[in-house]
Amino acid sequence: MIVVEHLSKDFGPKRAVNDVSFTVQKGEILGFLGPNGAGKSTTMRMLTGFIPPTVGRVTIGGFDVAEDPISAKRLIGYLPESAPCYSDMTVHGFLNFAAEIRGIHGVKREQAIQTAVGLCFLEGVLHQSVDTLSKGYRHRTCLAQAIIHDPEVLILDEPTDGLDPNQKHEIRLLLKRFGQNKAIIFSTHILEEVDAVCSRAIIIDRGRVVANGTPAELRARHKLAGTVALKTHGVAGESIKSRLSTLGVVGRVETEGTGSHVLVRVFPRDKSVNSELAKAVAQLAAREGWSFEDLRTEEGRLDEVFRSITLPDTVKPSE
Amino acid sequence: MNESLRNILTVGKRELSGYFNSPVAYVFIVIFLSLNGFFTFMLGNLLERGEANLDAFLMWHPWLYLFLVPAAGMRLWSEERRVGTLELLLTMPIAAWEAIVGKFLACWVFIALALGLTFPVIFTVGYLGHPDYGTILTGYLGSFLLAGTYLSVTVMTSALTRNQVISFILSVVVCFLLIFAGWQPVTGLLVQWAPEWLVNIVSSLSVMPHFTTFSHGVIDLRAFAFFGSVITFCLFANSVILRGLRGA
Repeated sequence: MIVVEHLSKDFGPKRAVNDVSFTVQKGEILGFLGPNGAGKSTTMRMLTGFIPPTVGRVTIGGFDVAEDPISAKRLIGYLPESAPCYSDMTVHGFLNFAAEIRGIHGVKREQAIQTAVGLCFLEGVLHQSVDTLSKGYRHRTCLAQAIIHDPEVLILDEPTDGLDPNQKHEIRLLLKRFGQNKAIIFSTHILEEVDAVCSRAIIIDRGRVVANGTPAELRARHKLAGTVALKTHGVAGESIKSRLSTLGVVGRVETEGTGSHVLVRVFPRDKSVNSELAKAVAQLAAREGWSFEDLRTEEGRLDEVFRSITLPDTVKPSE
Repeated sequence: MNESLRNILTVGKRELSGYFNSPVAYVFIVIFLSLNGFFTFMLGNLLERGEANLDAFLMWHPWLYLFLVPAAGMRLWSEERRVGTLELLLTMPIAAWEAIVGKFLACWVFIALALGLTFPVIFTVGYLGHPDYGTILTGYLGSFLLAGTYLSVTVMTSALTRNQVISFILSVVVCFLLIFAGWQPVTGLLVQWAPEWLVNIVSSLSVMPHFTTFSHGVIDLRAFAFFGSVITFCLFANSVILRGLRGA
């Protein structure tokens, strides 16, 4: 549905977005991650046709955004970054305008408004002026505007920004539901959201895509991903280390802490044995009669992966 | 219904309802009518002139509009820019020119409404004598076109800034130039150094001679062409400004 090819944008001498390419299929939810100022919003603005790219091409549902903007825009529902709404209107009036300009007429319009209002929990404020709404309500009003025409493509710039935890949860559920038959891109800097909602995530830093993969793939880039952590007590760290090293699947063993409580980190020999490692360690521990409190495989932490690939001095080359 | 027309109407309707959903419309109309009354009767001495025509009423319009039209139109784009709804509007499936025309027409209709509410002045001159109603009609038409011309300038300048005050001031200055372009001190300033053709162009930019033909009961095609081309030019410039905004 969404095809982005070599997208770049210059603001004066500064390159805000640099050679970004990706695609999003129907049924996919793409999380767009990156530090502030990385170019997330600029990219989204180019996808929606608000600003033209300096170089590159965006195609939405087969329509080139630069050549046939109206057809492309018809397919898109867009929530801009600050969730702007016409403050001199009521929620109903605003949604009515959005539906009308999307070409929804007659009885269908009221139906579309009611559906969007229901999905975004706006029933209580329907006839209130947008001016008087709290930030959360205003945000959801703008979101309702984006989904009112049941678009095939949803582009949401920080859809959960400014919402309370319950509302965030509801919006995530909503996104998941929509994700089944729409192509969705949303930006966020809340990393749990990526795990909770996305089928794929892109990390963008200083205008470049530095990572692109499923949340699990991104987590696997963490230095501890795939290692087994074993918390023991009453056993000397050195003896555990030497025993574990005899296992064929073990690459390296580190111990932390001394005395009765020791945290042992077991690194796999290579990635192919990840799945067997925990079992092998558990069996050995049982045979040796070590008493342990906890044994688990580290999945890797997304926030640390994020930090390690977006920090200026530790940028690793992207794939 | 034609797609573009429908988009223009949708945008226009929203804009017009925006006036009436806030106190702007009522404040504007009350002030417009009060000032008109004051100028016409107290300064224009309509009742003492002994003439059953609208000269004492219409002669103030270029000056009244000079401040009131920019006041009515200054928010049209600057507010969208300030709040960020510009991004919303321009990512809707409509062309930028449809949004421009929709906004322009909405505000023009609003001003026309305020102008229409001055109708008691027609009864007044009708009571005073036997006015030429044709001249009254063309006078109103001229006033309406004049307001539209100022308004096109305001719509354009409001796209230049997200600050309504700046938008207002720019618009007043440009409209002021449109009034004074043909005035002797201004042309006199140019005559000393500028080539004659430039002086002619500048002096022909003035709205005043075109406005007075209407208020004298003459429908001159050249006046129509003048107002029409200023409006078209300004709305076109508006679209260029919007494109520049999105490009930068």
